[in-house]
Amino acid sequence: MAVRNSHGPMLASILRCSRPIRFARAVHMDPARPVEGAITSKLTAAFQPEHLEVSNESHAHAVPPGSESHFRVLVVSERFSGLSPLQRHRLVNEALKEELSTRVHALAIQAKTPEQWRLDPNVAKSPPCMGGSRGDVTMEDKLKAGQ
Amino acid sequence: MLEVSVFFFRVAKLYCSVEARCAHRKFSSKELSSMNSLIRNTSRCLRLGAACSLPRQAEGRVWVASTRRFCAASDLQKDLGDMVKKDKVVVFMKGTPAQPMCGFSNAVVQILRMHGVDDYAAYNVLADEALREGVKVFSNWPTIPQVYFNGEFVGGCDILLQMHQNGDLVEELKKLGVQSALLDDEKDSK
Repeated sequence: MAVRNSHGPMLASILRCSRPIRFARAVHMDPARPVEGAITSKLTAAFQPEHLEVSNESHAHAVPPGSESHFRVLVVSERFSGLSPLQRHRLVNEALKEELSTRVHALAIQAKTPEQWRLDPNVAKSPPCMGGSRGDVTMEDKLKAGQ
Repeated sequence: MLEVSVFFFRVAKLYCSVEARCAHRKFSSKELSSMNSLIRNTSRCLRLGAACSLPRQAEGRVWVASTRRFCAASDLQKDLGDMVKKDKVVVFMKGTPAQPMCGFSNAVVQILRMHGVDDYAAYNVLADEALREGVKVFSNWPTIPQVYFNGEFVGGCDILLQMHQNGDLVEELKKLGVQSALLDDEKDSK
C-alpha cells in the first residue's frame, strides 16, 4: 500500500534517507570516545553484524561539545531474521543496557537482516533537535557519569 | 503543588456542601458511596505521603500528570497499567503535541497527525520525573517517546516511523477502529 508523505517539511526530511551507503565504513575505536567504543564492541559481540554503523549525534543536540549522549546505530545481522521490529530493538537495548542506564540519553536504532539491507542500503536521518535536553537535570547526571 | 491545593479545596468544599445539605435531604447509597470513595482516596494519598496524580485536561486531549511524583512507585506502576489501557492511542513524550520538546517526540506527533489521529492521550514526561522513570520501567524501554495501541506497547519513534513507511501503521490503526486519513486521501484522489 503506497503511503503519501506530503505533510510537514520536517517530517519529509526525516522520511528522505540521508545517504546511500556503498561500502562498509571502517569502525574506529577512539579512546577519546569511550561510549562509542563500548557501543561498537557490545553490538559486534552480540550480533556479529554484517554491517554496523555507530554515529554519535550529540553535536546535533542541546548538550556540550564532545558529549556522548545521543547515538544512532545501524545493525545488519542475520540474528534479526524472523523477529519483529520491536523484538529487534529490544535485543539492541538489552545489549546496550549499561550505556542506556548511564551515559546514553537517546538511541535511534535501525535493525535489518542482510537481505533487507541489500534491498535498501540507506541510513535513516534523525529529526532535528527541539532543545529538550537544555535545562534537563537528568542530562547533567548522564554527562557527569562519563567524567 | 497548586493543583494539590486546588484539589483539597474542592474536596473540602464538597464535604462542606454535603454537610450543609445533610440536614435537608437524605443521600442515595450511590451518592454516599461516591463521596466516601472520594474521601477515602484522599486519605489514602495523604497516608502515602502526598497527593496522588490529578490528571487535568489541557490543550484538548493532553493529560498532564504533574503531581504524580509524590505517589509510591508501586502505585505509579499500577496507574500506568490503567493509563495505557484507558485510551486507544497513548503516547509518553517530551513536551506536548502542541509544543513538543524533542525531535523524536515531535516525529511521533507528526506521524499521528498525518494519519488523522487527533484523539489520543499524550503524557509529558518532562513535567513529571517520576513518570519519566516509571514508564521506562513499566515498558522495559529505555527512551522516550513511547507509543501504546490498545494497551500494548508498540515502540518508539523509529518503530512508528517504520510502520508509517511500510504501511503497517494504517493496518494497526484499522484494528483500533481508526480510519487513517491517508486512506481517505487516497480514496479522494481516485
